[in-house]
Amino acid sequence: METILLFAPLVGAILCGFGYKYIGEKAAMWTATGMLFLSAFLSWISFLTFDGVTQHIEVLRWIESGSLSTSWGIRLDRLTTIMLIVITTVSSLVHLYSFGYMDKDPQWKEGESYKPRFFAYLSFFTFAMLMLVTSDNLVQMFFGWEGVGVASYLLIGFYYRKPTANAAAIKAFVVNRVGDFGFALGIFGLFFLTDSINFNDVFAAAPKLAETQLTFLWTEWNAANLLAFLLFVGAMGKSAQLFLHTWLPDAMEGPTPVSALIHAATMVTAGVFLVCRMSPLMEFAPEAMAFVTVVGASTAFFAATVGLVQTDIKRVIAYSTCSQLGYMFVAAGVGMYSAAMFHLLTHAFFKALLFLGAGSVINAMHHEQEMTEYGGLRKKIPFTYWSMMIGTLAITGVGIPLTHIGFAGFLSKDAIIESAYAGGSGYGFWLLVVAAAMTSFYSWRLMFLTFFGKARGDKHTHDHAHESPITMLIPLGVLSVGAVLAGMLWYGSFFGHADQVGKFYGIPVAEASAHGETSDHGEDTGHGEPAADDGHGEVAAEGEHHYVFAGKPGEGGLYFGKDNTVLDDAHAAPVWVKVSPFVAMLGGLLMAIWFYIINPSLPGRLATAQKPLYLFFKNKWYFDELYNVIFVKPALAIGRFLWKRGDGGTIDGFLNGVAMGVVPFFTRLAGRAQTGFIFTYAFWMVLGIAALVTWMSIGGGAH
Amino acid sequence: MDNILSIVTFIPAVAAAILALFLRGEDEAAQRNAKYVALFATSITFLVSLGIYFEFDPANTGFQFVEEAEWLIGLKYKMGVDGISVLFVMLTTFVMPLTILASWNVTSRVKEYMIAFLLLETLMLGVFMALDLVLFYLFFEAGLIPMFLIIGIWGGANRIYASFKFFLYTFLGSVLMLVAMVAMFADAGTTDIETLMTHTFASNSFDVLGIHVVGGMQTLMFLAFFASFAVKMPMWPVHTWLPDAHVQAPTAGSVVLAAILLKMGGYGFLRFSLPMFPVGSEVMTDLVLWMSAIAIVYTSLVALVQEDMKKLIAYSSVAHMGFVTMGIFSANQQGIDGAIFQMLSHGFISAALFLIVGVIYDRMHTRDISAYGGLVIRMPAYALVFMFFTMGNVGLPGTSGFVGEFLTLMGAFQKNTWVAAIATTGVIFSACYALWLYRRVVFGDMIKAGLKTITDMSMRERVIFAPLVVMTILLGVYPAVVTDIIGPSTEALVANFNQSLAAADLTPATQTVSH
Repeated sequence: METILLFAPLVGAILCGFGYKYIGEKAAMWTATGMLFLSAFLSWISFLTFDGVTQHIEVLRWIESGSLSTSWGIRLDRLTTIMLIVITTVSSLVHLYSFGYMDKDPQWKEGESYKPRFFAYLSFFTFAMLMLVTSDNLVQMFFGWEGVGVASYLLIGFYYRKPTANAAAIKAFVVNRVGDFGFALGIFGLFFLTDSINFNDVFAAAPKLAETQLTFLWTEWNAANLLAFLLFVGAMGKSAQLFLHTWLPDAMEGPTPVSALIHAATMVTAGVFLVCRMSPLMEFAPEAMAFVTVVGASTAFFAATVGLVQTDIKRVIAYSTCSQLGYMFVAAGVGMYSAAMFHLLTHAFFKALLFLGAGSVINAMHHEQEMTEYGGLRKKIPFTYWSMMIGTLAITGVGIPLTHIGFAGFLSKDAIIESAYAGGSGYGFWLLVVAAAMTSFYSWRLMFLTFFGKARGDKHTHDHAHESPITMLIPLGVLSVGAVLAGMLWYGSFFGHADQVGKFYGIPVAEASAHGETSDHGEDTGHGEPAADDGHGEVAAEGEHHYVFAGKPGEGGLYFGKDNTVLDDAHAAPVWVKVSPFVAMLGGLLMAIWFYIINPSLPGRLATAQKPLYLFFKNKWYFDELYNVIFVKPALAIGRFLWKRGDGGTIDGFLNGVAMGVVPFFTRLAGRAQTGFIFTYAFWMVLGIAALVTWMSIGGGAH
Repeated sequence: MDNILSIVTFIPAVAAAILALFLRGEDEAAQRNAKYVALFATSITFLVSLGIYFEFDPANTGFQFVEEAEWLIGLKYKMGVDGISVLFVMLTTFVMPLTILASWNVTSRVKEYMIAFLLLETLMLGVFMALDLVLFYLFFEAGLIPMFLIIGIWGGANRIYASFKFFLYTFLGSVLMLVAMVAMFADAGTTDIETLMTHTFASNSFDVLGIHVVGGMQTLMFLAFFASFAVKMPMWPVHTWLPDAHVQAPTAGSVVLAAILLKMGGYGFLRFSLPMFPVGSEVMTDLVLWMSAIAIVYTSLVALVQEDMKKLIAYSSVAHMGFVTMGIFSANQQGIDGAIFQMLSHGFISAALFLIVGVIYDRMHTRDISAYGGLVIRMPAYALVFMFFTMGNVGLPGTSGFVGEFLTLMGAFQKNTWVAAIATTGVIFSACYALWLYRRVVFGDMIKAGLKTITDMSMRERVIFAPLVVMTILLGVYPAVVTDIIGPSTEALVANFNQSLAAADLTPATQTVSH
């Protein structure tokens, strides 16, 4: 079943991409979409029936060389199944949505067949993403990792006539490769030290790595820290974390369904998945994890500041994605991987919803993306409005404080902020709270600018604004349900008590006595109920029983170290910590109301008054300009220098100098080459060589 | 078939002789006949060589299908293949029919052209099979001549300069090798490669002209062979003949050059340098590793700024060969497996890339990147094939390009993390130059008037690319077809190498780990 769900999208991609000429466009697109729905259906079965026992399914041998042995295979554990439902659900909905969105795209000329290609790319992307998350070793993961990169490259550059789209596509691929550079070195290092790159072996060796010193480049490093850091560099690229984030906003050049699927819900979360997948290693790499936390928190903050002032509706959401990914990394960085996965899950729903909603707005407004041209669309496109409202309520984290009732983002974001506090990261905690306020501000700003106030921009466009077709509205509806319920439904499984979380992930738990000692209970996790069923909100008083995680590295979907008490500490966080994100959200909302409903001229005046700061945010902290000066231009200049001076001047100059007497002589001779003389010449050369060799062998033979 | 190796080697030569002796005239019919004879001969060669592939026993790490005969004036004719060479033989027989097909539009001196390619095939096959020094040297050097002629006669405007540069570079490199071969014969008393591989050449250090030579004789011999193989490879900084040769060579010439001729250098390192001069190799390892790392970064940066498509791909070839030398001199199983894999993979991918340039060169008669743009609009099939091999070239997992790069880097990491880290930046640069090339040629709007009537690939062109696509995917998805065959032989090679070093009281350098 897992094999089918894994390969169905690939089959769909091939049939659709190559077969559309034979079966027709419509049939090809339905084939791809059908395969995806099949895959999604099987994924949900696999998620709901998963029993906590990690399975390994080998498909085919792959790279083998000496002690290196890898194969194409499937590792099925809770982490995988979570990703499976996220990917296939969003992907199948995006496929469906694309029927409407990609219809009659004005970027294409009459008679150009672009839709099957689009669907084939989407399906191929889904396949690569599934390969990534089902992988049983780091190389197959790398396959998926780069595969999604290629799909992303193709889809960002989908409008290949547009120079900006082409540039953005290359930028995305290259920046990701910078991350892959670290990822690859991490893999090499792991193989060097553990003689394997299969997860099971690597996990088992993790405790030893913590006590190993490895010489890398100029000095000795703690192996676990170094390798965790290198792998995280890969994650930074894929998940657009600070310094390697510059490609994500530009990636909005791609069609909107792509932004929803790849650049919000799935691909960009691969970095978070990698860190969670490698939790057995990460738990032994405290310094690397501190780095993860700092980068995550900084990104969450940075991206939120930029999001405040963007006017392109997709770019606002893109920076919001960047920022939310930062949240997930903070959770992972403080050791609360399940909270990171929780936010990954809920975020997939509400962010895909927001993007698809934005797509619906763009569709209604004849492909206008500037929010300054919107306004008052509430009545024109009510369904889109309400679904985006749900998305906004979810991302800003609306819920009832101190309970577990609220929209998806309320539960998962609060879980992260509490974890950051409990994990002892003051930096992470405060930046995330501030970022939460900004998240609320820019999200509501988006809503107000788009749906409220007076219609701005082209009157004709506004008059003809229309609700999107049904194929686009169904996905919005389904995702809205997810954005409302996902948090409440799975709170217990992701962020409940240790026994719930342990059961969900298949991690053995032990009962901790009142004195804090642990008795190895070794609870059988093999026959648990589908954990989704028992995770409703607050768990009934559980009496005196108190559990702690007692798994070994590699056992179950995640690993928590012996002294990782973040989960308990987070639950025991003070009340002011627990309500702080709610207060921040409220502050952001009120600010947005004041700025965009009550006093709409204020933003403009503020921007003028605070010009430097405004430009700093507006220009994304000048990262692109900086990189252009310190990387792009020098690389080209050095290339030219090496070519002209190095190859041309020095090497050829030197060698030609030596041969200067010889070459002109031969060239003069060769002037006669046209006449056929060259054949004679070559013949003499053969004779010469033969004579030389003969002399050599006879001369040598006499020895 | 006891002498299958000789049969495979000489079928093309026989076909060349037939063409030379019996084909007369320059009319269209004669030209067509020449093409069909060449295509037929190379295809038969490939089919027969499949026998070698299927009969080959990977578990046996010695030489197989060995033929031995007395030859002229006391010289020996000895041929054989082992796990290291057999796949190069297969690569050669596989690529040659495609090369002939790619030359279907040649109109000048067609007969001579086909003769040159057929002879070239025989000589290249001989290089990979020869088990006698003299025989090897003959094949190795004689192979220069047809290539020299192909560039010099059927090449571009500046062909004379390029062909002489090519010839002098490689020939001068070989002179030193010849000297070393004489010395080897003087020392071991035989030219038999199998025997020489087990012979221990003196490795005690001595002084020459006041310079202290660590590793003594072995180091000197290593350097002499190195001069030849490094040029062939080509390694930085003796690579500058390659871009010129490629630019001037006709498409098919570039294909053979990139796909097969370059591999002779890497093959030479594996057949001679590592097994015969282990101490010399170990002494020189750091130098070679650093040269490889520099080559990768240097030529990638140069590739970035090229304006001629063929030059760009030529520089990219040099960068990819950097991975090969790095892998070989990592002297561990992953490195060497990776190096062989990379050479085979590069044989398919670079051949395809040069063919890709050839497709549009045939139509527009220019290789200037700036002359193109927006080809995807009129040439979707071409765009797809180009994209596929671009991805192969940047080492995308799932294509054969990945496996070679990955294994060589993994091998290098165990030896020297600096070199591995610097070489790994190559994956970033390759993405830059390859994708930028693709964008400028294929993407964008079709503005240039001359391109408005360009046609997509013909059936013949599709037939040429199909096998290359299949091989690139096959090797990328199921590399066991290669590693199963080369694995035991490289394992033996590494074991012998380490044994020899131990015997000479040396331990190969690796990264240090402490607990």
